[in-house]
Amino acid sequence: MDAAPDTALLDDLIKRRLDELLPQKLAELREKKPASMTIIATKGTLDWAYPPFILASTAAALDWNVSMFFTFYGLQLLLKDLSHLKVSPLGNPGMPMKMPFGPDWFRGINWNIPNVIEAGIPGFESLATVLMKQTIHNKGVASIPELRSACVEAGVNLIGCQMTVDLFGFKHDDFIPEVKEYVGAATFLPMARDADVSLFI
Amino acid sequence: MTTAVLDAKGLNCPLPILKAKKALQGVPAGGLLEILATDPGAVKDFEAFCRATRNELVASSQEGNVFKFVIKRIK
Repeated sequence: MDAAPDTALLDDLIKRRLDELLPQKLAELREKKPASMTIIATKGTLDWAYPPFILASTAAALDWNVSMFFTFYGLQLLLKDLSHLKVSPLGNPGMPMKMPFGPDWFRGINWNIPNVIEAGIPGFESLATVLMKQTIHNKGVASIPELRSACVEAGVNLIGCQMTVDLFGFKHDDFIPEVKEYVGAATFLPMARDADVSLFI
Repeated sequence: MTTAVLDAKGLNCPLPILKAKKALQGVPAGGLLEILATDPGAVKDFEAFCRATRNELVASSQEGNVFKFVIKRIK
């Protein structure tokens, strides 16, 4: 008896059974494994501190495993004191400039200030930052220290980029002790590969 | 069983969710948590939160500009 036709029959049977069973098995495995996310945080301004910390803290609340890799200006978000974070309206046409105080008609005005004036006034960034922080407070939006604490409490892995720590002359002691490790791209990439969601912010 | 209450009025995304997650940890399995919020985004967010964390959204209602959610802790 020729063995080849039997093998073909068997292969066909296995293939058909696999097609039937595999989707169910994959769904089961997916159910069992918690979702995971990795974020690369690269920006060091008050406004850009929000997306990574909001997404990480929320994902942790959904029981996801979250790791955040802080590199370049993103390292600012790991410093012990976050009060230096600023927002700049300069060269940022998407940023509405509205006052967080006064009567409604006054609050509604969008102050369209030319770049050349913004650049020429000393302390303009600091003023914009004070106004932004007041708006954040008025609208019941969390502060960055609050969101970072939520991430730490929820067990989000905070990871610093060692190369940029050296590049900018930081010391590990400048950062909060909750930073789990200082590593390079070769450590981060395999983590990102295994994650369901990976974001560059 | 008593219902724990979380007042998240005036708080904006993602604070109601973060505070609810924390408050749920103090609720025994089968227990209820009532959340009051004013963030309109919270309506969809609490549905998604309960689906993702496998807790039960027992009630979701609105009175004036206050939203009320009742979550039953499953696990």
